[in-house]
Amino acid sequence: MAKIDTSFLDIGYLDTLAYQASPIQRLDPRVKLLTTLVFIVLVVSFDKYAITGLIPFIIYPVVMVALGNLPAGFILKKMLWAAPFAVFIGIFNPLLDRHILIYLGPVGISGGWISFASIMLRFFLTVSAAFILIACTGFNTVCMALEKMGVPKSLATQLLFLYRYIFVLGEEATRLTRARSLRSFNGKGKGIKVFGHMIGQLLLRTLDRAQRLHTAMLCRGFDGEIRLVRTFRLGVGDLAFFLSWTGLFILLRWYNLPQLLGNLVTELIR
Amino acid sequence: MHMADALISPAVGGTMWAATAGLTYYSAKKLRDNLDDRRVPLMGVLGAFIFAAQMINFTIPGTGSSGHLGGGMILAILLGPYAAFLTMASILTVQALFFADGGLLALGCNIFNLGFFPCFIAYPFIYRKIVGARLTRGRIVLGAMLAAIVALQLGAFGVVLETWGSGISELTFKTFVLMMQPIHLAIGVVEGLVTAAVVTFIVQARPEILATAPAGQGEGPGFKKVLAGLLLVAVVTGGGLSWFASTHPDGLEWSIAHVTGKEELTAPEQGLHAVMAWIQEQTAFMPDYNFAKEDKAEPAKGEAWPEVNAGTSMAGIVGILMTLALAGLIGLGLKRYYPKG
Amino acid sequence: MSHHLVEAEDLKYSYPDGHTALNGVSFRITHGESVAIVGANGAGKSTLLLHLNGCLVPEAGTVRIGDFPLTKQTLPQVRRTVGMVFQDPDDQLFMPQVYDDVAFGPLNLGLPAAEVDRRVLNALETVGAAHLKDRPPYKLSAGEKRSVAIASVLSMSPSILVMDEPTSNLDPKTRRQLIELLKTFNHTIIIATHDLDMVLDLCSRTLVLKQGRIVSDGPTWDIMQNQALLEASSLEKPLRLQGCPVCHPDPAPRIGGHEGSEPHSH
Repeated sequence: MAKIDTSFLDIGYLDTLAYQASPIQRLDPRVKLLTTLVFIVLVVSFDKYAITGLIPFIIYPVVMVALGNLPAGFILKKMLWAAPFAVFIGIFNPLLDRHILIYLGPVGISGGWISFASIMLRFFLTVSAAFILIACTGFNTVCMALEKMGVPKSLATQLLFLYRYIFVLGEEATRLTRARSLRSFNGKGKGIKVFGHMIGQLLLRTLDRAQRLHTAMLCRGFDGEIRLVRTFRLGVGDLAFFLSWTGLFILLRWYNLPQLLGNLVTELIR
Repeated sequence: MHMADALISPAVGGTMWAATAGLTYYSAKKLRDNLDDRRVPLMGVLGAFIFAAQMINFTIPGTGSSGHLGGGMILAILLGPYAAFLTMASILTVQALFFADGGLLALGCNIFNLGFFPCFIAYPFIYRKIVGARLTRGRIVLGAMLAAIVALQLGAFGVVLETWGSGISELTFKTFVLMMQPIHLAIGVVEGLVTAAVVTFIVQARPEILATAPAGQGEGPGFKKVLAGLLLVAVVTGGGLSWFASTHPDGLEWSIAHVTGKEELTAPEQGLHAVMAWIQEQTAFMPDYNFAKEDKAEPAKGEAWPEVNAGTSMAGIVGILMTLALAGLIGLGLKRYYPKG
Repeated sequence: MSHHLVEAEDLKYSYPDGHTALNGVSFRITHGESVAIVGANGAGKSTLLLHLNGCLVPEAGTVRIGDFPLTKQTLPQVRRTVGMVFQDPDDQLFMPQVYDDVAFGPLNLGLPAAEVDRRVLNALETVGAAHLKDRPPYKLSAGEKRSVAIASVLSMSPSILVMDEPTSNLDPKTRRQLIELLKTFNHTIIIATHDLDMVLDLCSRTLVLKQGRIVSDGPTWDIMQNQALLEASSLEKPLRLQGCPVCHPDPAPRIGGHEGSEPHSH
């Protein structure tokens, strides 16, 4: 339970980072969103045994963390939290695919381990890209950018409302669980029946809140549409950011940089 | 269970994105046509409610392990299918962005698996058929249970198809199915029990909520529409994948092989076979056929493995180390350049 | 100036579950008055407030705001005139950032962007929250939330402010700041509250509600001295008006039979 409390604080923290004044934080959110998508698509487009080709893509999280003044340790820790599923599915690869693909001296490494390493590498790259997007843009700004990019307004407003009330209801849930754990002993009191009632209570309060919220909105002239005042302007810097990253990603996708470098060096040594 | 970016191919991810985007626009349009301004705050706080409810866990009877609520069914019962689908989409987006549950590319898959099946299949065709306006305890339990199980089975099957179609995981279709479906049967039973418990509680405490909630727009799309939609998804998926399959060998991979030499660690056939097999699976849905094909695929797989070449491996590792060092240096340099803020 | 008038005539309201919340409430509040509505929990205070800008529709009786009786046609006009600050700021601040929230009302009024901006900054300035404008609401302290909630109403330039428990959940210092802020307003102010000390500070007139009826309506000072009335309405004399329990021991016997004569030092 304690973990959940902190994971909620984490959400807020990730968002706070976006309020820093750095050149990255100031960029147009649409540009950052698109760059992130291009990055992810290109990363996952590698074949299943790719490792060398993926390595250079680390440059993106590294540079963004440095320029955006983001705490690398915190982001790494958050990723470890999310790792189990990828590990769970990926770990079957070494068991099922035992064909030796490469030899490191006398030690043969099976294709399964290589593809497993590749999965973990993809995981690291794609997840860090998503965290970085939030940490240097802010969730609300991402939502408004989404709306500007053609996502239906009802979904964009839904995301904004959801995000706003996660904190409020998260706190209510924390209070409920705390009250329960203070009064349950030997695992008693945590059964499904009590749970049903707790969730039911929470749901009733939620519905009441929706009602009050609606009233508060009506009092200020709500007519079914949420109006947001946000104007984003694409500047030269934004375009340069997008084009140079995309260009680099494409280059890295087509040219296997480490392999070329390695070939060059081993050739020289020989 | 969430799909992860690391496990899917762009073709599968892209296709599911397209399917989900279509459903999102359709749902948004339905809501717009059926304007009810109470729904804006209601959807928002109910989405947050599902989040909060997931923080409260409970002991699964007889096992001692703990479970929590998925939420798709409760949302559909309280909001009707369209609003529930959008709410589910918003929840999964936040999870993808903040908790790395899934990922951005896999988001399409996840919204489809966890949103489409409960909202557009299980709710209209099972829950409403069984419960409808007759809010008796027995019907609620039966309806919620069956609907939750079916939704989760379909969702789990979606995960299997998408993972397997991507060809990143080595798990065979059969093993994966045998692994996923029973687990999700258990999860489905629990989800059904919780859904039933919550709905029963609401019926006792505030019957008017359920009596009014899904009225007006609770009737999901007709069966034909859903069927047509599914067919469309299948066609798009098939089309997208076969396009990918046909361009794959002589597309990206070709140029990579060309640039880096033939020693590049690629196995294009692997992806291609998985993709083709998946299309067959989509159109045939016959397990026997599938197994037969898998046997056939075996030798092809063997051929696809690249030659083992110690020299290339060595160069690869040297290259990796150098690239990492380079990236690290750039990072440190930039950090120094911008000391704080 | 008649449009700052608030008038209720024989209001009756019962909730769907049959509970009668208002049972014939009448009063008339004129321009610039500041009025407290006090009473026990469940006496009908919040229900009454919700009638003043049409959030609830009375079963019987009428509400008049200024020149208009409150009807469906006059509702938008009334809602511009009557600004409502809710008890839980989390219900009122629903937009992603403070700025958006304060701009919500003016944008719904269809005002041009420049005017919206001017009003937002003005309102935030008034409550001393200009520095918070880019913050998300969940990052605000309770006091800051309250100030912003008030700003989100002020930005619509209402002439009447209606508040439900404005000082609840505030620490003493923040509460004091809020009271000082409200003193500077020259709107008609209607406050429902249990904080009788604040009432002494802010409101010249007090309505006492009990079981859906007004049992007393008069100058705050008189009502706060009326021990019998207060007790009958589940209220208590403001602490400030109760003598120091140490210097002037209560003549009435204390619970537990204390004589009120323990030695003490001031």
